[in-house]
Amino acid sequence: MASSSERNPPPFPASEKPEPGLSDMADGDSDSDEGADIFVSNSLPTSVSRGVSQPEEPADLFGQETPTAKPNRVYSDDDDLFAEAQADLSSDTPGNSARKDLSTSSGLPSARSPAALQPTSLEQLEEEEAKDCFDVDVAVTNPEKVGDGMNAYVAYKVSTRTSLPIFKSKVFSARRRFSDFLGLYEKLSAKQSLHGCIIPPPPEKSVVGMTKVKVGMDDPSSVEFVEKRRAALERYLQRIVAHPLLLQDPDVRDFLEREDLPRAVNTQALSGAGFLKMINRASDAVSKMTIKMNESDTWFEDKFQEVDTEEQQLRKLLAVVDSLVSHRKELCVNTAVFAKSMAMLGNSEDNTALSRALSQLAEVEDKMEQLHQEQAGTDFFIFAELLADYIRLLGAVRGCFDQRVRAWQRWQEAQSTLQKKREAEAKLLWANKPDKLQQAKEEINEWEAKVTQYERDFDRIGMTVRREVLRFEKEKAKDFKSQIIKYLEAMLQSQQRLVKFWEAFLPEAKAIA
Amino acid sequence: MMQEEVNEATSVLSVYGHTIKVTEALQDGDTLTFIIVSQKLSGTGEYHVDRTYDDFEWLQQHLYAQEDVPGIQGVIFPPLPMRPQANASAKVMKQLGFLGLGEWQPYCKALETFLRQVAAHCILSKNKAMEVFLTSIDPPGRQKVKRNIFNRLSQAVGELRKEGHKDVDEFFQTERDHNLVLTGHARTAAEKFLDVALTEQKIAVACGHFAAALQICVENGDDPEKRAFSRVCAKLSEVFDSIKKNMMSVAVNDMNTLGLGLDLDWRYQEAEREMLFRRTCKLVELENARKNAERAKPVKKSAMEEVKKAAEGEFEQICKVAKQEIVKLNQERVGTVQKSLTQWCEQQLQTAKEGADIFNQHLQAFKAMA
Repeated sequence: MASSSERNPPPFPASEKPEPGLSDMADGDSDSDEGADIFVSNSLPTSVSRGVSQPEEPADLFGQETPTAKPNRVYSDDDDLFAEAQADLSSDTPGNSARKDLSTSSGLPSARSPAALQPTSLEQLEEEEAKDCFDVDVAVTNPEKVGDGMNAYVAYKVSTRTSLPIFKSKVFSARRRFSDFLGLYEKLSAKQSLHGCIIPPPPEKSVVGMTKVKVGMDDPSSVEFVEKRRAALERYLQRIVAHPLLLQDPDVRDFLEREDLPRAVNTQALSGAGFLKMINRASDAVSKMTIKMNESDTWFEDKFQEVDTEEQQLRKLLAVVDSLVSHRKELCVNTAVFAKSMAMLGNSEDNTALSRALSQLAEVEDKMEQLHQEQAGTDFFIFAELLADYIRLLGAVRGCFDQRVRAWQRWQEAQSTLQKKREAEAKLLWANKPDKLQQAKEEINEWEAKVTQYERDFDRIGMTVRREVLRFEKEKAKDFKSQIIKYLEAMLQSQQRLVKFWEAFLPEAKAIA
Repeated sequence: MMQEEVNEATSVLSVYGHTIKVTEALQDGDTLTFIIVSQKLSGTGEYHVDRTYDDFEWLQQHLYAQEDVPGIQGVIFPPLPMRPQANASAKVMKQLGFLGLGEWQPYCKALETFLRQVAAHCILSKNKAMEVFLTSIDPPGRQKVKRNIFNRLSQAVGELRKEGHKDVDEFFQTERDHNLVLTGHARTAAEKFLDVALTEQKIAVACGHFAAALQICVENGDDPEKRAFSRVCAKLSEVFDSIKKNMMSVAVNDMNTLGLGLDLDWRYQEAEREMLFRRTCKLVELENARKNAERAKPVKKSAMEEVKKAAEGEFEQICKVAKQEIVKLNQERVGTVQKSLTQWCEQQLQTAKEGADIFNQHLQAFKAMA
């Protein structure tokens, strides 16, 4: 309920105007001083000011959210406001009526079947959102070595281009180092409000890789390492800003905007395989629980199993891609060696025509080596990294399933504590100790509230997890498809170059005799 | 061209040499049989015969054994590919090179080239063994031919010192030096190219594995999101299947054209080297004979003079044939290399164009996917 909001709206920069719908983007908006909305297609009343994440508001926070596939979509956190603003909104874009449907049931704590609600409104919302989409483009570039020796590190330029009013400007950048990225992840994963969300994991630490870079950034393996990391950090940020809830998070904004960030220190846990180890440990702990969950809905069990299976499949695929990449690199080396041997053969030939042709062949082979090198890079950067990213992401998915189970645990434990308190009260009544009775009653009230609270949390997380998983699967199919298109375009290009090489060499070969 | 009359052990070949084809290799247990087809000179049809590797060796031995043909040692004998072996050792595999890849097409082609070269050789084509080999229904006799000087260079270990013996003729000294260098480079080039072709095969196999692994990810379910991803996996599997086929074509093209060409080139250089060695050995023999004749006591002198004269005569013959052979080889070599480079380029160009077409189709299909 809007009235229950204790939070003050965040200050809005005076210069920022609210974002109109996509079609209106070119126009200025004279109502900008209201500064109220960050929601593209809705002109919301000024009371809708809570555009940013609010960790302290449990009950209705995410309950009515519906998953969509659109990147960078920013939701209203409190759709109850729509209920009040119905009069204003009814003339607006059709999708709002969907939100109205949701919000009318929002106040009911016993809304147990959000799943039933979601399908129809999901479609409607999707239609609506297809119309509005505003940008946050993030890029990670310009890796530069800072400092010398073993204390050296690499700083990256993080550039953002956006039309969202929650940011102070439209185009800005900041310099960040690797531990900053890890620090961001730490902060996001610790937030209660984001529990159940699939938070994209950052790239892994690499002591070996970094040591080489500290020594010198010039040799090819260091160059490759830095490029691999830069690309991974970019994908990491792109996934974060593509997530509607994460985009609203103030820590994300700080990361993108602030000149200086306090140095992140607790990043030891995220070294190498550390991240996955962490997730696996959590999974094990959950599976060892004495009180097993009774799933009223098999969706969670089934999905969890699917996630597990999929992770295995992706690992297999990654292994094959790795061997493909290494064979391509081998082909580079062999081609170069062959080119040299042809050059030597050409040089020792008496017949000038033959000698020239063989030398030209050596040149063609050198060009091929270049091509093979690029092809190896393409295989790697497109497929191997894509698969590795998704293996890590699936780990994060498993993590949020675990969070749900832990929420259930907490609820169950609170219920049993409540039960004990009630029994204690009954005993006191019997023993007739009025002074202690008061305290007992207070404790019961306290625990009753907690039970309600935790039950809501559990439901909320459940819905979040469902929504997140749906969104994840959509994104995954899209992501793979777009990467494959990139790959095919690169393959096509190198084939065309190959054709050109051969066409250029043919007359040379024919001219020998 | 040798115009001298040859003895009755020779004949004229009754087929068109350039029509000889080794069409198939048939495996029956351990036995490998090659089918050889050639067009009759009379125009009345074809000869079809089946031969094993042993039969090829029989032919080669007979060619070597023509001791009464003057200057036979000056001939650069067309090289016969090494015996094919199942489960060959690494060393043998390396020697077999392109011919050991387990594909029969290149090997048949190499045997074919051998036969055609023999048929085209003015001296060798006249050997009766060749006629028998190509036309006789029954396999030629399997009796062992006596050892001769033509056994492999590498077997004459003690003789190798002679290889460095200084020559009396500048033409030949230059040719020997040049041949030594060329043989080394040609062999290296063939070996390195083989490595390239083998790696291309490995890539093709890895692509096949990827395609297969992707198929496992394809599931038939009701979930629309799962179906979208499954479709992506299925289509990507097709893509990698195409990549695999393209890569295999590239490797096969490599093997059948430039691979065979480089292989033949270095084996011919080896054959020339062997011929030059034979000549050098004869030179050493001649020089010894001269010395002996000079130093001989009057009693032995006339006998030594005879020996010397005979040696001089043989040496002269060998040099004459050798020179012709060298000139011929150097000329033909250019043509052979040109042909294999051109074929290689044409085939790879074709494959690259096909690849580009197929990738484009896949790309459009992906873009069109919902």
